[in-house]
Amino acid sequence: MHAILKMVIQRLALGVLTLFVVSLLIFFAVEALPGDLAEEILGQAATPDTVAAFRRELGLDLPPHVRYFEWLGGILTGDMGKSLANQREISELIGVRLWNTLFLAVIAAAISVPLALFLGVLAALYRNTLYDRFVNVFTLSSISTPEFFVAYILILFMAVNWGWFPSISNISPGLGFWEQVYRSMLPALTLTLVVVAHMMRMTRAAIINLLASPYIEMATLKGIKRSRIIMHHALPNALAPIINVVVLNLAYLIVGVVIVEVVFVYPGLGQLLVDSVSKRDLPVVQACSLIFAMTYVLLNLLADVLSILSNPRLLHPR
Amino acid sequence: MSTTSTGEKGDILLQMIGLKIEGRVDETWNEIVHGVDVTLRRGEVLGLIGESGAGKSTIGLAAMGYARDGCRISGGEIQFDGVELTGASTEARRALRGNRIAYVAQSAAASFNPAHRLIDQYCEAPVQHGVLSRSNAEGDAMDLFERLRLPNPDTIGFRYPHQVSGGQLQRAMTAMAMSCRPDLIIFDEPTTALDVTTQIEVLAAIRDVVDQFNTAAIYITHDLAVVAQMADRIMVLRYGNLVEEGDTRSMLAEPQQQYTSDLLSVRSYRRDERPRPEGEAPILQVKKVDAAYGKVPVLFDVSFDIHKRRTVAVVGESGSGKSTTARVITGLLPPSVGEIVYDGKVLPPSFKQRSKEQLRKLQMIYQMPDTALNPKARLRDVIGRPASFYLGLTGKQLEEKVRELLRLVELEPDDYINRRSTELSGGQKQRICIARALAAEPEVIICDEVTSALDQLVAEEILKLLQRMQDELDLSYMFITHDLATVRAIADEVVVMQHGKVVESGPKGEMFTPPHHDYTDLLLSSVPEMDPDWLDNLLEDRARLASEGRVLKAADN
Amino acid sequence: MTANAMKLFRTAPPTALFGLIVILLYILVASFATVIAPYGETEIVASEYEPWSEEYVLGTDNLGRDMLSRMIYGARNTVGIALITTIITFVVGGFFGLIAATLGGWVDMLLSRIVDVMMSIPSLISALLLLTIFGTSIPVLVTIIALLEATRVFRLARATSMNVVVLDFVEVARLRGEGLIYIISKEILPNITAPLAAEFGLRFCFVFLFISALSFLGLGLQPPTADWGSMVRDNATLITFGDITPLIPAAAIALLTVAVNFVVDWFLHVSSGLKE
Repeated sequence: MHAILKMVIQRLALGVLTLFVVSLLIFFAVEALPGDLAEEILGQAATPDTVAAFRRELGLDLPPHVRYFEWLGGILTGDMGKSLANQREISELIGVRLWNTLFLAVIAAAISVPLALFLGVLAALYRNTLYDRFVNVFTLSSISTPEFFVAYILILFMAVNWGWFPSISNISPGLGFWEQVYRSMLPALTLTLVVVAHMMRMTRAAIINLLASPYIEMATLKGIKRSRIIMHHALPNALAPIINVVVLNLAYLIVGVVIVEVVFVYPGLGQLLVDSVSKRDLPVVQACSLIFAMTYVLLNLLADVLSILSNPRLLHPR
Repeated sequence: MSTTSTGEKGDILLQMIGLKIEGRVDETWNEIVHGVDVTLRRGEVLGLIGESGAGKSTIGLAAMGYARDGCRISGGEIQFDGVELTGASTEARRALRGNRIAYVAQSAAASFNPAHRLIDQYCEAPVQHGVLSRSNAEGDAMDLFERLRLPNPDTIGFRYPHQVSGGQLQRAMTAMAMSCRPDLIIFDEPTTALDVTTQIEVLAAIRDVVDQFNTAAIYITHDLAVVAQMADRIMVLRYGNLVEEGDTRSMLAEPQQQYTSDLLSVRSYRRDERPRPEGEAPILQVKKVDAAYGKVPVLFDVSFDIHKRRTVAVVGESGSGKSTTARVITGLLPPSVGEIVYDGKVLPPSFKQRSKEQLRKLQMIYQMPDTALNPKARLRDVIGRPASFYLGLTGKQLEEKVRELLRLVELEPDDYINRRSTELSGGQKQRICIARALAAEPEVIICDEVTSALDQLVAEEILKLLQRMQDELDLSYMFITHDLATVRAIADEVVVMQHGKVVESGPKGEMFTPPHHDYTDLLLSSVPEMDPDWLDNLLEDRARLASEGRVLKAADN
Repeated sequence: MTANAMKLFRTAPPTALFGLIVILLYILVASFATVIAPYGETEIVASEYEPWSEEYVLGTDNLGRDMLSRMIYGARNTVGIALITTIITFVVGGFFGLIAATLGGWVDMLLSRIVDVMMSIPSLISALLLLTIFGTSIPVLVTIIALLEATRVFRLARATSMNVVVLDFVEVARLRGEGLIYIISKEILPNITAPLAAEFGLRFCFVFLFISALSFLGLGLQPPTADWGSMVRDNATLITFGDITPLIPAAAIALLTVAVNFVVDWFLHVSSGLKE
C-alpha cells in the first residue's frame, strides 16, 4: 500500500501544480494585451489622465505578481472582483449560474453514463453483428455533428412540432426540482446524444482490446461460462479503461455545456462566459475560464487516481 | 479424486481423424491443417513437433474443440472419450474444458488474469465444474504446488501473478491445469519463454506430475530435444501435414524421413576451435567496463578480447548483461568506468563522438530481423545506403556492389533488389541484415542472438553463412547467444556472463571440458540433448552433487 | 497501382463511398462558388426571411441575402479556413512531435510538459479567453486554433514516432552515423504516414467543428463573410416557427464531417488490415 499511496500523493501534488500553472496562464494571458486593460477599455480617445486614474481604480499600477496573488487570493475566498460591463460583483454573477451548469451536467451524466456503458459493452460483445455496425455508423455520425445541429433538431421536433419540452430552458431557483428537470430536458438530451457516442465507442474499444488477452482465452479453455468470463475476468481489468472513458467524457461535458447553454438560453456559466467574451469583460472571462479549467483538471486528476487504484499490479506490489 | 477416468490405461482417449483447419486471410479461408490423424491413449504423452507454420498449436487446440479467432475447424472428426466434439453443443464442450481436457499456455505471465490471486484462478475450474468445494480445492492446490516443487506451497497461491517469477508461474499453471484431474492436458510450448536453467525444473515437474496422475498429454514444441524427454510418441509436422509418427526412442534412433533427420542433426553442427594466433594483438578489447542504466548498475568489471578472424561467443541468460555489453561496445551506452580499445586505440565512449571510419569498422546484426529492417525501404536502399554512406559509391558502382552483396548472402539479385523486406521470410530477412552489415566492409561484427528468432533449420543455414563470410572476408565476430548449441557450433572462445559479470572465459575446448565454475556447469548441463534419458541422468547427477553439497539450480526456483 | 486502387474502391463499404462522393462534391462547390452561386456573397437581394421560392431557392436570411448563394460561398470560406488551419496545425504539431520523439531527452521533456499544460485547459475555454484578449480577426482565429489543436497532433506524432524510434532499424541508422534529417525523413516518416494521414482527416473535422462552434457563438468568422456557423446563429429564430432553413448550414457542416469520418474509418481499417 505504501507505493500506491506515494503514487496517489504524487498525482495529487501534480494536480495542484497544474492548477497553479493554469491559473498563472489565465491571469497572465491578459498581460499579452497590447497596452493594458485600462487603455483597452477606454479606447484611443481617452486622455492619459483618465487612463491613469482608471488604472489606479483597477489596481493596474501594482506590479503583476502582487496583482496575481491578490486575484488568486480573492478567488479562493470568493471575492472575484467586479465585472467591467455592469460593475456587479463577479461572485454574485457566477453563484447561481455555476449551480445551474452543474445541475445540467449532472442530469446529462446521469442519463448518458449508464446508457453508454450498457450500449458500449453490448456492441463489444456482439462485435461484427448488424447491431455493432449500426452502432458504428450512428456513433461516428453523432461524434462528427456539431452540438448546435443536434440541439436545433431536438428543438424542431420535441419543442416546435410535438411540443413535449420548452425550447427555452429558463430555469430559476424558485422552481420545483422536477420543473427544473423538465425545463432542462432538451439541453440535457443534446449533451447526452453527443457524449454517449464518444463513450460508447471508447467503451467498446476498451472491452474488445481486453477480450483479445490470453487470459480470456485461458478462461474459455478452462470451460468457464461466458457470462462469468465477462463479469469475473474481463470487467475487473476493464475498470481502469472504463473509468478513464467516463471521466474524460464528463470533462468533455463541461465544454459541451458552453454551446448548448447558448442554444437553449440556459442561464448557466457557459452563457455568461460567451456573453462576457463578446463584451470583452475580461475579469468575468478570467473567472469563468478558471472555473471551467479547474473542473477539467480535477476530473482528469480523478481519472488518474482512480486508474491507479484499480490497477492490481500497483495495488499488490511485489 | 479422479472423477471421470474410468477407462484402463491403453484405451483410446482421443481420436482425431482427417482433421482440417482453415485460417482466414482478409476475406478468404485457406487450409492450414490438411487432414491430420491423431490418436492418443490414456496416460500416453504425445509430442507434436514442427517449425513455425506447422500447425501444431492449432491441432492441439482442436483437441479441445477450440479454434482461435480467425481459424475454424473445417473437416474431420474429433472423438474425445466417445464424444464427438465437432458436432457437440457449446455447452457440452464447455463442460469438458478445464474439467477433462486442460490447457497450459506458452506465456503463463499473460495467461494468468492479473486481477486475481493464483489460488482464485486455481479454484475456479473445480468449483465452477462442481468437482470440488472451494476449501477442498484450496487444500488440493497446496498439495499440487508442493508436488510441482514450488517454494512455499502453502502461501504462494495467495500471491498475484505479477508477484511470482516466470518459471514458478509456469508450474502454477500446470497445477491449475491439473486441478480437476483431467484425462488430457495440452501443453503448448510451456518452456519456450523460459531460460534453459529454469526450463529443466519445469520440465521435470511437469513430467512427474503427469506421470503420478496417469494423465494423457499432448506436448507441443519446436524443440526435438525437449520433446524427447517428455513424450512416449512423437508426431513430426510440417506445413499442416504429418511428416512422420513413431515411438520416441525408435524415431530418434532411426528417423524414416529426411526432414526428421534434418531436425535431429540440427544441433550437431560443429566447427573446430581455432587457437588464438600467437603474439597478435587483439582487434577489440573490452577493458574493465562498468555500466548502468540511469542509477541501476548492470555491468561490473567486464573484460575480454576479440582477435582477428576469430569468434568470441558471449553466453548468458536473460538479464546477464550480454546485450548491454554490446551496447557499450557500439557506443549506445557509454560505460561509467572502463574503456573499449579498438586496434590499440581507445574508442570514444559514445557513438556520437566516433568517426565515420570507426563506426564503419564495427557493425551489428540484430536478433529480430523484422524490426531491424525498415519495412518501407527497398532492399536496394537498405543494402546500398551503407555502401554509399561509408564508401562513397554511386550509380553503377553502387548497383554492382549491392548485387555482389546479394549474391554473397545467396539471394538472386534480380529477384530481390527491388523488393521490400516485408515480402521476405525470416531467414531471408536475416540474410539481408548480414548483407547490410557487410556493405560497410567492417572488420568486427556483433551478432546479437541472430539465430534465436529463426526456425532451427534456417538458423543453421545462417550460422554456416556467417562462418563462410568470416573465412572469406577475415571478419571477427562477437556472438551473443543464450544457446549453447550455437556456441558449440561456431565459437573459438567463450565468455560466460551472469548478473552483469564475466563468470568464466577461455577457449571453447577448455570451456566444454570440466571442471567448471558452478554457473557454467549449470548452464552447460541444462541444454537439452536428443537422448531420451538425458533428463533422468541429469536429475540423478544433480541429486548426487546436491548430496555432496554442490547445489546446481536456477536462481528463481 | 491503378488496378489496385480500382480494386480498393470496389471493396470499399457504402459508407466510405458515400463519404468520398460528398467530399468531392464539396470540393467542386467550393472551387466553382462564383460560377454556381446565383447571387453575390453579401448582396442584399430581397427583404428579410423570404420563404423558399423559385427565385430564392432557400429563401433569404435575416438581412435579405440569398441563402443558397451564401451556402455556396460558405463552402469556400468555412471549409477553406478550416483546411488552412489544419495544415498549420499539422506542420507545427507534426514537426515538434517528430523532433521530440527522435531527439528524446530534455527536448522531449520540455516540449511534452508545455503540451501537457496547454492541454490541461479545455481548448474551447482557452480559445474563448485568447479571443477576448486578441480580438476576433481571421489571422488570430487561425493561429489560436492551430496552436491549440497542434497539441493533439504533437501527441500523436510523438507517440507513433516513438513506436518507430525504438525499432532496431533506427538504431542501425544512428550507429551508421546518419543525421537527424535522414533518420526522420527516410526511417521514421515513411512508417507513420498512415496514422498521420488518418489523423489529418480527424483533425480537420475537429478544427472545422471548432471554427463552426466559435462562429455560432458569434466569435469566429465575422460578418459579412458567409459562413455556416454564423448563418445558423443569424437565422436560428426561424426554428421556433418550424422553418428548417437554419438547419441547412448546420447539416452542411455535419455532412462534411460525417463524410470525412467515414473515409478515415475505412482508411484505418484498410491500412491496419494490410499490416497483418
